[in-house]
Amino acid sequence: MSTIHARQLGKSYGQGTGTVHALSEVSFTIGSGEFIGIMGESGAGKSTLLSILGAMNTPTRGTLTVDEIDVYKLKSERRADFRREFLGFVFQSFHLIPYLTLQENVMLPLTTIRLTKAEKRSIALAALERVGLGSKVERLPGEASGGEKERCAIARAIVNAPPVLLADEPTGNLDTRTTDAVMNLFTGLNAEGMTIVMVTHSPRCAAHVNRILTVADGRLEGSP
Amino acid sequence: MRLTDISIKNLCRRKAKAGFIMAGLAVGVAAMVAVIGFVRTMTAEINHKMERYGANILILPKAEDLQLSYGGINLGGVSVDVEQIRQADLQRLAGIKNAANIAATGPTLLGVVSANNQRVLLAGIDMNSAGILKPWWTLSGKRPDGNGLLAGARTARVLNLALGQEVAVNGRPMPVVGILGATGSQDDDLLFTALSTAQGILGKQGQISMVEVAALCNACPVEEMVQQISGVLPDAKVMAIQQVVKGRMDTLHRFSTFSLGMSAVVILVGSLVVLTTMMSSVRERREEIGIFRAMGFRKSHIMRIIFSEAAMISGPAGLIGYLAGTGATFLAVRFFSGLEHASVVWDPALCGGAILMAMVVGLTASVYPAIMAARLDPNTALRSL
Repeated sequence: MSTIHARQLGKSYGQGTGTVHALSEVSFTIGSGEFIGIMGESGAGKSTLLSILGAMNTPTRGTLTVDEIDVYKLKSERRADFRREFLGFVFQSFHLIPYLTLQENVMLPLTTIRLTKAEKRSIALAALERVGLGSKVERLPGEASGGEKERCAIARAIVNAPPVLLADEPTGNLDTRTTDAVMNLFTGLNAEGMTIVMVTHSPRCAAHVNRILTVADGRLEGSP
Repeated sequence: MRLTDISIKNLCRRKAKAGFIMAGLAVGVAAMVAVIGFVRTMTAEINHKMERYGANILILPKAEDLQLSYGGINLGGVSVDVEQIRQADLQRLAGIKNAANIAATGPTLLGVVSANNQRVLLAGIDMNSAGILKPWWTLSGKRPDGNGLLAGARTARVLNLALGQEVAVNGRPMPVVGILGATGSQDDDLLFTALSTAQGILGKQGQISMVEVAALCNACPVEEMVQQISGVLPDAKVMAIQQVVKGRMDTLHRFSTFSLGMSAVVILVGSLVVLTTMMSSVRERREEIGIFRAMGFRKSHIMRIIFSEAAMISGPAGLIGYLAGTGATFLAVRFFSGLEHASVVWDPALCGGAILMAMVVGLTASVYPAIMAARLDPNTALRSL
């Protein structure tokens, strides 16, 4: 039940004549349970926008509120808590921790939560079963295929049941069949009420979303 | 999955780095433990030898001396205003702060007597404390109790004394019950008897000429005890016989200070090894730490991971350092010091101290890398994807 409001978001890097405006005057609202696709050419500002939505990149201008919480007015540690409680991340290159098994990777977001080890294992196993990896929990990431790594990354992102899932080109490294499987998974999660914001270049992926925000030269297309 | 599980898994993955940090710390701790152990062993040996030296504090009557010399001719000296020591005064020694360190007290009464028509110096002593105060004595026969005499080696030869023979001391017949082996000291020229007997012969009941004290000075400076005794016997002159031992202790102290300084340098190098290795480890794990932060790990969680790793390495490093250091002490004592009575002991307190020191050094050296890791911006990791 998370509504995201972005108002006049802007992000600049550098100073003086060398200033690069990665994002300018970006405003939008994402309703609870929406499945949003962010599209645009390389360098348009998609990843910058996603990192701001992910409470990891303080905007130079504007505000971001999630359920009336002004995210960037939170102190650093509280913002970390916000990320843990509200957001799940799926990174483009999976970014699983190589020395942890798939199950341990999925347990990571639960590490700092007061649960017993058995409870954490049980929750992680349920998430892995949800993405079809219930029989491969003891594998290390190095022993898993690209599709399995992606599914493990998704399981890790949803294990603590966050209301919002952020995905940065989650199918960029996958074949068509695996891409479809991942998108079906996302569609299922969205159908259960999870808000999903996904950066993608792929029209095949874009076909699954409810709404597309197109970014060009750091601005949302259609914005004034 | 707990934060410590992440630390353990990471250490298992980076065994070489963990081993390098452990070795750096262990060498420093081992050096420190070896120095402490060696100095302790040497000190114990010196204390043991001090005890073998016998008396190390002398109590004499206070007197003003006048030298009788003029124009290069020395006629000796005379003592004036001699304050006698009374045997009863010695009870006050039990009241000094370091009374527990007094191993033996030997009151002695000296006086010239006639023995078989020869003038001889008679010494009345406490025969029980003589065993502690004069451990170098060897004698044939036995120590006298009551009326018997113990003859010094030269006295026995000059007076032609034999065991069992009776000697007239100031006209009083006394049997020779023991003869001392040669000591090379003034004891060779004396006749010894029990203190009370000598007091009777010399007509000096309750009086003594001097007192020899054996102080066990493992934990007490002799000079402090001298001051304490002077405090309870203000009319006596109290002196410490410690020049040789003090010189040796000073040398040992200098060696100890220098070696501890060197060990501190080794420890410092060890801490730098920890610092640089942990820094490099944090740099290698930027992406991983960024992912943790992106998933909602607090800065304090990241610091706990780094500190847990440091503690997991430092603790065993302290133990290894202690074992290696104690082993080195064994070798040093065995091969270099040539000490017969030295023994190295396994000291749990030193072991605990070594582990604690390694932990403190390891954790302190990890503070900066931990702060650096905690400050890592999660967006940096996301941008690097």
